[in-house]
Amino acid sequence: MAIITVDGQTFDVQEGHNLLQACLTHKLDLPYFCWHPAMGSVGACRQCAVIQYQDEDDERGRLVMACMTLAVDGTRISIEAGQAKEFRASVIEWLMENHPHDCPVCEEGGECHLQDMTVMTGHTTRRYRGQKRTFRNQYLGPFIGHEMNRCITCFRCVRYYHDYAGGDDLQAFGSRTRMFFGRESDGVLENEFAGNLVEVCPTGVFTDKPFSQTYTRKWDLQSAPSICPGCAVGCNTLPGARYGLLKRVHNRYHSDVNGYFLCDRGRFGSHFVNADARIRRAGVRAEDGVFEEIAIEDASVRLSEVLGQGDVIGIGSPRASLEANFALKSLVGEDNFVAGVADNENRLNELMVSIYRESGAHIPTLTDVEAADAVLVLGEDVLNTAPRVALALRQSVRNLSLEMATNAGIPEWQDAGVRGHAQDALNPLFIASIAPTRIDDIAADTLHGTPDVLAEAGFAIAHQIDSAFVAVELFNDVNNFVDAAVKALSEAKRPLIVSGTGCGSAALMQAAANIAWALKGRGGEAALLLTGQEANSTGVTLLGADLDLGSALRKLSTGDVKNVIVLENDLYRRAPAASVDAALDKADNVIVLDVLETPTIERATMVLPAAAYAESTGTFVNYEGRAQRFYQVFEADGATRPAWRYLTDAAKLAGRNDLRWDHVDEVVRACAGTDNLKGIQDVAPTADYRGRANLRIPRETHRASGRTAMHAHLNVHEPKTTVDEETPFSYSMEGLNGDQPGSLIPYVWSPGWNSNQSIFKFQQEVAGSLQGGEVGVRLLDVSANGTGLQNRFRDPPETDSGSTTADGMRLLPLYSIFGSDELSGFSPPIIERSSGPQLVLNPGEAHQLGLTVGGGVKSPGLGSFEVCVSSEMPRGYAGIVLGMRGSINVLPQDAVELMPDPSLKPKRPLDVIARGH
Amino acid sequence: MWSHVRTLWEVLKHTFSRNETVQYPEEMPYLAPRYRGRIILTRDPDGEERCVACNLCAVVCPVDCIALEKTEGEDGRWLPEFFRINFSRCIMCGMCEEACPTYAIQLTPDFELCEFNRDNMVYEKEHLLIDGVGKYPGYSFWQIAGKTIAGKDKGEAQGECEPVDVKDLLP
Repeated sequence: MAIITVDGQTFDVQEGHNLLQACLTHKLDLPYFCWHPAMGSVGACRQCAVIQYQDEDDERGRLVMACMTLAVDGTRISIEAGQAKEFRASVIEWLMENHPHDCPVCEEGGECHLQDMTVMTGHTTRRYRGQKRTFRNQYLGPFIGHEMNRCITCFRCVRYYHDYAGGDDLQAFGSRTRMFFGRESDGVLENEFAGNLVEVCPTGVFTDKPFSQTYTRKWDLQSAPSICPGCAVGCNTLPGARYGLLKRVHNRYHSDVNGYFLCDRGRFGSHFVNADARIRRAGVRAEDGVFEEIAIEDASVRLSEVLGQGDVIGIGSPRASLEANFALKSLVGEDNFVAGVADNENRLNELMVSIYRESGAHIPTLTDVEAADAVLVLGEDVLNTAPRVALALRQSVRNLSLEMATNAGIPEWQDAGVRGHAQDALNPLFIASIAPTRIDDIAADTLHGTPDVLAEAGFAIAHQIDSAFVAVELFNDVNNFVDAAVKALSEAKRPLIVSGTGCGSAALMQAAANIAWALKGRGGEAALLLTGQEANSTGVTLLGADLDLGSALRKLSTGDVKNVIVLENDLYRRAPAASVDAALDKADNVIVLDVLETPTIERATMVLPAAAYAESTGTFVNYEGRAQRFYQVFEADGATRPAWRYLTDAAKLAGRNDLRWDHVDEVVRACAGTDNLKGIQDVAPTADYRGRANLRIPRETHRASGRTAMHAHLNVHEPKTTVDEETPFSYSMEGLNGDQPGSLIPYVWSPGWNSNQSIFKFQQEVAGSLQGGEVGVRLLDVSANGTGLQNRFRDPPETDSGSTTADGMRLLPLYSIFGSDELSGFSPPIIERSSGPQLVLNPGEAHQLGLTVGGGVKSPGLGSFEVCVSSEMPRGYAGIVLGMRGSINVLPQDAVELMPDPSLKPKRPLDVIARGH
Repeated sequence: MWSHVRTLWEVLKHTFSRNETVQYPEEMPYLAPRYRGRIILTRDPDGEERCVACNLCAVVCPVDCIALEKTEGEDGRWLPEFFRINFSRCIMCGMCEEACPTYAIQLTPDFELCEFNRDNMVYEKEHLLIDGVGKYPGYSFWQIAGKTIAGKDKGEAQGECEPVDVKDLLP
């Protein structure tokens, strides 16, 4: 701790922080632009000037930039000194010389850091009479709008995009006042984390394009804390809604999960909530096969009648809340509940949980990932399956440069100094994957092959670290990779192994576990990150299901069970179409509760409209076993209700006394009765939580407008505000957003700080934990004793020799961040960005099969794909990008025949998967 | 006693003074243009809508009686998809006019807003929009803002330089 004096007041600050960090930690209002808590200081904008005094007697002092000055013990500074204030005001005045007269037509207005700082420094009147410089804007793709005139040259965008996120197509061009930030020419920003530019840019140069289409000012957005449904990472988000539409998603700070950044799937994928394909009313299929609308009450009655007809199979879902899955499991009984995941994936999910439970290896948060000093990615293409992990991996390779800087006496926040000193020095990252990934550029070495080859390499690594683990024989080219990885992991202080269910291979995950256990056995620390594929994959696995999907479908197709309830799930994504068809053909009642019109809906006899994540309250469990609550952001249109409510209503009508739950807290309480899920009661306060002065937490800001006019065209008498029985939030501006637990922050705002930069007012220290405590409860934390040696896996896979196309091609799973996820696949900007179904194979074989790059290829029963080639694809194998709408999500086990499909007109707007192939 | 007489005198005196009653509505009072009555939306000198849907009027409104939502015209201009004022809540305070950065929303000297049915007090955009510039004849926000619209490219707004040649490295 160092003690510094700011304007006569003394503060305890952390040694090694700079003065800006120190001041902001103590919630002092000191203007800044170029500094960012996640990216450190470069001293580019000169906005955070303060007067620093030599000693107690010094009365004049000198101007220093707070962000570039170390806070050492005894430092005496002044923010309020006349000279400092004058200097900061002049800086703003210079920056504003060229700033256009745009605020009314700027998407940043009302949450603009530049506006805030201008007001804070007191610059009100424009004295400059010269002409303003202008720029031509660029087309940057479906996500980001560009308005270069507004730029104040703080360099945050390139520092984020290039230095932090690793993108190479956004640069600074030109010189002096003509600095231009953009691409070399018009085109889509390639980086998968480009959306963060919207929040990183302190003004309106980079704006959220889909949001702008039906724009709403921040002060009018109704918002509540939420969790991204896009993948298993569970990033914390702040969706904003107005006029019954979800307008946008912003990042919600979480010090251990997503920090300050989201991926583009998370940010732009949520527009599925407003999609035309949303189901808004209940319906039953009439004799003629057409849906007839029925009242929700009638639907509940019909559902209860079906329940009375004996056994019902309940198919849950990894994209539905834990509460809904639990209600379904309770309703149909343990023996009839299916997790709703493809059989192989289900086995892998169970393996994942059992490895976590039995291993002494540490389950890393993303902060831990960022702190790792040697990483092995085994199989999982995290950039496309759990994207935020890839961004964290990009930070992990920088730890060496931070270490080098510390040794050279350069503070960690001195960004330019750290980078300049380290040059290209990176921590070792080894990537073993099926096809090249988009983070291969930071890898020390890569290995491409079938999941079996990768798993073998994994087993070999474990064996070389600790010979007690089973040995495998390897080919030479794999050996180099293995040797290098063994060396790096053994020497590391905080090694990390990353794998997951994406490759569909148990051996891969076992190999990953073996490596982590072997490292742990040497007495060191080892972290093991295994990721599932969907927001609640871990949740449904912990909930547990006795029945697998294959057996359930067989039970239906043989007529053993006549009725099935499908909860927020598209069965055609989970099992081969033939077996789903066979099962649904035989079933008397196929009752589907879902958010969107999926192919399964077309086979349903009754459909109930389920509320989307932003319209309901529930819990997701992320890859690390962290249960996190998402809250209802706005009241859904139409008859939509949370899925669990239909189930409990029907249960009540059917006379079931064990499901008498009227309140989400009651479901949570009952759910906490499950052994694995005890902790979920502590995830967030119950609905009766009240803050200071017995106040609720407001979903709307205190400036929310239009209350007496919004609905006046329907009824001139204002409707009474809905009283929210389910959560501690109010559907109005009434209440207090300030000192509640960290899991209950509905928006960030502080007097004078209208932009998202105000998050520091909610943190214990800048970039530290939230004042209200951490968000979420980790359900899988086990005591870290035992080396895992006794659990080690002993059966490495038998690799086949890769026999070529005699009996057709074997298929391998690939993923795309834009399109592989089901829900975001319905979001218009994601659809525009996505490449459509693709198949990747070796160029030699493509030639043999008569396939041309960019042309079409088809296979009986699988559909058509666009042909992409990669010299890294093993012969005899073709990779298919799974999960695309209208394409397949479960790979057939057998080899398939491929033939050209000249009729396919591939959608080729952007290079996503194909890049680097 | 004296007080009673004085009172009588004062009252009777009024018999001979001028009548102050105005025969409204036959006789209309003079109201200055700055009078704060019924709200209108005006147009640019070029005849396009002035309102850019910035929402400042809505947020400043103390009774929250203005609601609107932004959309974008094909020419790139921002404009309100809908613009609704609930006059049954409006207190004619004029804050919206003060907040308006484009002089779009203006108050007029028309105070005669009486309806038997309160629903008729809800004005939509088509009721609010007039075919004129109102009190501020010359002002056109889009000729000053830096954003491009059809017919006004970068560098063509008032006080703007030609767009920068990014590849120029001259000092």
